[in-house]
Amino acid sequence: MSKGFLKSSIGKKFVMGLTGLFLISFLVVHCFINCLIFFNDGGLTFNIGADFMAHNWLIRAGELVLFFGLIVHIVQALLLTLENKKARPVGYAKIDGAANSSWYSRSMGLLGTLLLMFLIIHLVHFWVKSRFTGLSGEDANGNENLYAVMQETFKMAWVVVLYALSMISLAYHLLHGFQSAFQTLGLNHKVYTPIIKKAGIAFSILIPFIFALMPILMFFGVIK
Amino acid sequence: MGSGHGTELNLTLKVWRQKNTKATGSFETHQLSGISTDMSFLEMFDVLNEKLISEGKEAIAFDHDCREGICGMCSMYINGRPHGPKQGVTTCQLHMRSFKNGDTIVVEPWRSAAFPVIKDLAVDRSAFDRIIASGGYISVNTGNAQDANNILIPKTDADEAFGAAACIGCGACVAACKNSSAMLFVSAKVSQLALLPQGQVERKERVKKMVAAMDEEGFGNCTNTGACEAECPKGISLENIARMNRELMGATFK
Repeated sequence: MSKGFLKSSIGKKFVMGLTGLFLISFLVVHCFINCLIFFNDGGLTFNIGADFMAHNWLIRAGELVLFFGLIVHIVQALLLTLENKKARPVGYAKIDGAANSSWYSRSMGLLGTLLLMFLIIHLVHFWVKSRFTGLSGEDANGNENLYAVMQETFKMAWVVVLYALSMISLAYHLLHGFQSAFQTLGLNHKVYTPIIKKAGIAFSILIPFIFALMPILMFFGVIK
Repeated sequence: MGSGHGTELNLTLKVWRQKNTKATGSFETHQLSGISTDMSFLEMFDVLNEKLISEGKEAIAFDHDCREGICGMCSMYINGRPHGPKQGVTTCQLHMRSFKNGDTIVVEPWRSAAFPVIKDLAVDRSAFDRIIASGGYISVNTGNAQDANNILIPKTDADEAFGAAACIGCGACVAACKNSSAMLFVSAKVSQLALLPQGQVERKERVKKMVAAMDEEGFGNCTNTGACEAECPKGISLENIARMNRELMGATFK
């Protein structure tokens, strides 16, 4: 029966919501560790965190789950988009979408695609180097110096611009996704839903803003 | 003008014409003059059709019945929105005073694989009927009606059930949704019975059957854009969709 549930239209969006919330939880962890650069101590504290994340076996196992969640979220979204396209074979000549819904709620696929492209570039910048090709040196504490990679990467203006713009995509993706996930899971309540929506807006602005701040501040040498 | 406060409009109407379900269809442009702002949108169509008939042309097929906003038949997608520019109304409740002199108005049928065009602006919404037939009913004993207060129902439940029951099955939710999803309609029909004691007997089977029937008909998937709620002439709330999601989970993982 549960197999039938996952194949139903409600089950499919349930999967989108659950994986979405899981990816949101990852953003919190990622953002928290990256915030260690704000100690502005030449990356010593940040490298402790990065080194731990790179070598703790539980984190590495979690990383696999994360990739699995991401792939499910993407594949499910593609399948749903194809189904939805089929549900309206002849389109409207004139659509006034702004009259009844936000543009970003109607553009989750586009925003998600932009995020995926960013993610691939981002993984090549940091994750591949940290996990596979190895980092060039160690810092004063003897930790792998991922911070040095950040400094190198964020010297390039186009990278900083790309990262900042991608965080705008992330903000809009979250702006719809955060509260939408709760609705999908059936959590719609007269008292709590307005709170969830407000929390969602705060989260969607705050997290991408902090992320965007990192390359910008490093580029302008505020964080050294 | 007879009423004294109406004015007259000259309009360009771009109307979808389609011979039958299989035909391709295209837009046809009509110029209308002297349209009273006191007319309903459907009366404007009546005037246009009389003009077409007098010119020996074929009248435009469109659905309508009660013309007082309760039957849900007048399915017209007007200038990019189901039932036109006003919220909380059906096409028959839309009046020409909502338009300006010289406006071009684009009128299309509901667009959904599950609602095939029968002719011109008339679509076949029997997919909704089949969803209802799959489980949107209750088992009751026949005979005399019970005393009104024999079955006690909390006021909040009664209000929410009534809110859901206000759905007239017009299909504006499907027409408005970028995915052609029927979630708002089905969730209203699931909710109105799930909230009341009389609906408990088939509660779990009902939601499973109705969701399965909905998926079978080829409606799209919900992405929570909320366009359905915004365009619903009866103000059916998105809370119903969340409730249906809960109902299906409850029925599946009991």
